[in-house]
Amino acid sequence: MKHTISVLLQNKPGVLSRVTGLFSGRGYNIESLCVNKTLDPNVSCLTLVSYGADQIIEQITKQLHKLIDVIKVTDMAETEYVEREMVLIRIKAEAGTRAEVLRIIDIFRGKVVDVSSKSYAVEITGDEEKIQAVIDILKPIGIQEIVKTGTIAMARARKTL
Amino acid sequence: MKVTGAQALMKCLKEQGVNVVFGFPGGAVIDIFDEIMKNKDLTHVLVRHEQAAVHAADAYARVVGDVGVALVTSGPGATNTVTGIASAYLDSIPIVVFTGQVPTALIGNDAFQEVDIVGITRPCTKHNYLVTDPNELIETIREAFHIARTGRPGPVLIDLPKDVMAAMVNFTEPKPVKMRTYRPTYEPHPGQIEKACKSILKAKKPVLYIGGGVIASNAHEEVTEFARKMSVPVTMTLMGLGGFPGTDPLSMGMLGMHGTYFANMAVSDCDMLIAVGARFDDRVTGRLDAFAPHAKIIHIDIDPTSISKNIGVDIPIVADCKHAVAAMNSWLDRTKEFNRDEIAVKHEPWLNKIREWKAKHPLGYVEEADIIKPQFVVQKLHELTGGDAIITTEVGQNQMWAAQFYHFNHPRAFLTSGGLGVMGYGFPAAIGAKMAAPERTVIDIAGDGSIQMNIQELATAMQYKCPVKIAILNNNYLGMVRQWQELFYDKRYSNTGLETAPDFVKLAEAYGAVGLRATRPSEVEPVIKEALATDNTVIMDFVISREEGVYPMVPAGKATTEMLLV
Repeated sequence: MKHTISVLLQNKPGVLSRVTGLFSGRGYNIESLCVNKTLDPNVSCLTLVSYGADQIIEQITKQLHKLIDVIKVTDMAETEYVEREMVLIRIKAEAGTRAEVLRIIDIFRGKVVDVSSKSYAVEITGDEEKIQAVIDILKPIGIQEIVKTGTIAMARARKTL
Repeated sequence: MKVTGAQALMKCLKEQGVNVVFGFPGGAVIDIFDEIMKNKDLTHVLVRHEQAAVHAADAYARVVGDVGVALVTSGPGATNTVTGIASAYLDSIPIVVFTGQVPTALIGNDAFQEVDIVGITRPCTKHNYLVTDPNELIETIREAFHIARTGRPGPVLIDLPKDVMAAMVNFTEPKPVKMRTYRPTYEPHPGQIEKACKSILKAKKPVLYIGGGVIASNAHEEVTEFARKMSVPVTMTLMGLGGFPGTDPLSMGMLGMHGTYFANMAVSDCDMLIAVGARFDDRVTGRLDAFAPHAKIIHIDIDPTSISKNIGVDIPIVADCKHAVAAMNSWLDRTKEFNRDEIAVKHEPWLNKIREWKAKHPLGYVEEADIIKPQFVVQKLHELTGGDAIITTEVGQNQMWAAQFYHFNHPRAFLTSGGLGVMGYGFPAAIGAKMAAPERTVIDIAGDGSIQMNIQELATAMQYKCPVKIAILNNNYLGMVRQWQELFYDKRYSNTGLETAPDFVKLAEAYGAVGLRATRPSEVEPVIKEALATDNTVIMDFVISREEGVYPMVPAGKATTEMLLV
């Protein structure tokens, strides 16, 4: 089963290598990985997506927590959360398809970030399914280049009555 | 106070209570060795290969129950420590290894004797550091010792660039180390303790399964009290030997691949398995689905990752073993449901069943009149040392025979590379143990293959007047692999014959040590007696039956009840 795991860690040299080394050394999967500083520049937030049986995911979270530089590990599956990826796509856009491409991008609430006479580069954010849907629709028109971020995730605020 | 980095290191070692450092100099650590020469409080043991420095520090740590320290140079000095570090990591031994590094300005330039040792040792240290800012040196050293000795202990490496050792730093007085991200759990959850105790009181066929965590946390007294008051039979892992008296009637000896018949049968049949500081290693469990299939499992471990890693656990208790078992003892003392005599009566049928298994297949071997049996040598060593020696081992048959036949009654007396299985561990470990406890008899039970992996340390033993005794169980084979080839590869002895070997007696003499040889059973006792009476390093070369095997044996991947017996 797919799990999105959020890890707060000390922003120090080699920390990312400790995390990825743990995964490769123990044979765990990393589907995607995304990391950047938090408001506190000494702390980074790393979001990773992994697949595995519950027992494996439990080991992954425990092993991550065992790393000395790790502050907090959250398996997002234990809570309500939102997750997003961002994708940059360069699409073939010639006379016959330029308007159609813009319409599609608009439907997915994407933005054009670069224009040339033969192509658009667009930015789209969403969860994994939405990004895949955009790609599936744009593919027949002609995707020239594609760059995707990993997933980032945030727990939803607790709803109280 | 302003001091150089190297001087700060000396002051930190002193404040951490370090009296002995095992090491080997080199270009990147000359500044440190210059300070060592001036430091009268510190004994530096010059080994002859850096791997030996780490094994010696590991053994030193095990004997004194605190951190062992090794110091080596950059590049090859650092890479030579990797096996020792990995071994300490798998056995959870607290050591701090200082490696030299090229000056910070040269790091990343493929400089002479440069290697990314922090990168190399990341997966086999509890934590490691490269100190690039001299102002962080002292805090880093203090943090390293704190991490090594607390929680589940383990090796920590600090990489020290040459310029950092020469830089001036401000020495500050130590204060307790507080880390935001590292706070091991020592105290057990009271609710879990109660749940565990109630569950144990209901069991009819309980087994206590103890590992190295009992030794590391000094929980042997609590464990012994618990086992006796609850009349629970005890089995030990290789790392747990000595955590409960091996000659106690409740002791079933070691379990697992070369464990006793009765220990494996008991675990297989029990309805309650209480694991304390053990990690359900594959050499213990054999085929996982057949391991303790009827048992409810309680697992006490300070490391949460050990719990439910290989085997699902019913009642997990994350805590220091000593604290947790003490809490169980005191819970039992407080409760009315517990009555020592009633429990003893209730468990009598179970203990009796174990006695029957033991009578059916005791630990043993076939004696021969003219050929020395290795098990006989170990038994004699036990007898002639009164069971009080510190025993180190190499890895292979020698290690298993030592574990089976030297019945350890005390913790910190059996030093072996349990997890990584390092051939060449035993001799440097013996030197480390002797430096830690000069008054104790220290014997390395070795094989003719393993001893050659760190034989150069004879020079170290001689230089520091370390009268350790080496008992080579010499079968001119890499015996354990040969045994597998015999049993599972139709006796195709590929590359396990060691017919070309040195004359170990002459080899000892070449170093100024004493060499003794026994070729007949009647010579074993006189040789051991002479070795023990000699105030010098001694090699005892026991020429043993060549194709003796270690039994019982659970073939790899089989259930632990499927044992090959003598």
